[in-house]
Amino acid sequence: MVDASRTFPESWRKRTTRTELLIWAGWLALVALFVFCWQVMTQDTIWMFVADAPSQAADIGSRMVPPRWAYLPDLMAPLWDTINIATLGTLLAVIMAVPVAFLAARNTTPSVRFVRPVAMLVIVASRSINALIWALLLVAIIGPGVPAGIVAIALRSIGFVAKLLYEAIEEIDAQQVEAVTATGASTAQVIDYAIVPQILPAFAGICVFRWDINIRESAVLGLVGAGGLGLKLQDSLNILAWPQVTVIFVLILLTVLVSEWVSARVRHAII
Amino acid sequence: MTAAAGTARAVWRRPPLIRNPRLRWAIYGGSLVYLVLAFASVDVNWTRVYEGLDRGLRFVEGFLVPDFVSRWGDIAQGMQESLTMTVTATVVGIMVSVPIGIGAARNIAPLPIYLACRGIIALSRSFQEIIIAILFVAMFGFGPFAGFLTLSFATIGFLAKLLAEDIEDIDEAQAEAIRSTGAGWWQVVNYGIQPQVMPRLIGLSLYRLDINFRESSVIGIVGAGGIGATLNTAMDRYEYDSAAAILILIIVIVMLAEYGSSIIRQRVQ
Repeated sequence: MVDASRTFPESWRKRTTRTELLIWAGWLALVALFVFCWQVMTQDTIWMFVADAPSQAADIGSRMVPPRWAYLPDLMAPLWDTINIATLGTLLAVIMAVPVAFLAARNTTPSVRFVRPVAMLVIVASRSINALIWALLLVAIIGPGVPAGIVAIALRSIGFVAKLLYEAIEEIDAQQVEAVTATGASTAQVIDYAIVPQILPAFAGICVFRWDINIRESAVLGLVGAGGLGLKLQDSLNILAWPQVTVIFVLILLTVLVSEWVSARVRHAII
Repeated sequence: MTAAAGTARAVWRRPPLIRNPRLRWAIYGGSLVYLVLAFASVDVNWTRVYEGLDRGLRFVEGFLVPDFVSRWGDIAQGMQESLTMTVTATVVGIMVSVPIGIGAARNIAPLPIYLACRGIIALSRSFQEIIIAILFVAMFGFGPFAGFLTLSFATIGFLAKLLAEDIEDIDEAQAEAIRSTGAGWWQVVNYGIQPQVMPRLIGLSLYRLDINFRESSVIGIVGAGGIGATLNTAMDRYEYDSAAAILILIIVIVMLAEYGSSIIRQRVQ
């Protein structure tokens, strides 16, 4: 039933004038916010330095080549440390994240009202603080070196692993759980036989994915004293040894590429 | 039938994750050897850890009683730098990554442009923000401007890659329909592709805003401005209560941003 007295516009328009004005006002607000932030941010910027940047870049570039390849043997021990930080850190994180994930998933948590919010808080706190900041704290607490790096990586990864894992647990097929429960299985047996087999592929994928990210992160943790390649990077930057910095960059790049390739292969094989 | 039943195993055993037994045992053995070697090479200085426990305790105390007041001037300054850096870098990053993302989609870009754009994305993705920040600080001097450039550059790798993949996954029929009306390349992008990828682009942009704020709290450690510099100073001065206050602020802002962006995403999608 179309109201005959209603007048229709001459041409088709997607939106009414009112929504168009609102969208326009939204864009205007965004632009205003951007300009305001830009003003605040650049009030202390020394534009002379910015204008000078191309020549600085050319200068650094000319110092960075040729790379000092003789430095490469010195980097093998830090590279081993970096890989250990990432791997052991991921391992430690997984051990701690599994219980957190089971406490955070709606279908396995003992109490949605009390336990779940605590688990969620652990996840958010762990996720919002970068590994470098964790490392900064841990270097102060347990001293510089590889252990601080391992714990920093672990604390950062708990949130990531637990978040993806609890989402996987919430998506499982409830019928299998019901079938195992119907045989008279205890809670532990239900988890072991009905839930774990369903989330195992996702779990393995998450672990390898996080390991790949951790290799990247552990390469720079040494900047705050937590061991690995970053330590050598900091040393070289402090003495302005740019040819060594180039070698370190190339090594980090290669490590990242290899870890990405490994992680992609493993995930492809599992999923 | 009875013979078959006789040879079958009496007790059911679950199938292993890796079916090939040789590969399985090789992986188990390799992992064991690696773990032994790795643990052997990590030396923990237990006396240092024991001495540090005292500091750890003071840090926990700081978290329970954070001190927002005595360094409020520095904290406010750092937060202001971090927030403005995040907003400007996200906006500029999006503006740059949209054309690069379109160029990196194989179904609408010619091969030379595709390769160039993919190259830019790979370059931006392969290095950590903090390494890029070191280089930009060396070039542009200390302060939030270097941080702004770092975050913008990092945004390109993230957003352009996901946008390109999204464009490659679109429903080709809609683009074909627009093309069959005689539309040019711009019109196909504007009417056939943009409406399909817009909701996800908005979602990704909000997500990146989140990530940029988190990263802005780190790159200050190497001198690129923001709350990270304040945090680093607080740690160097052993003022754990101020450091705890900064960490709590970061967590609260990240939570607020996540909550806000989830609401906006629900309304858009």
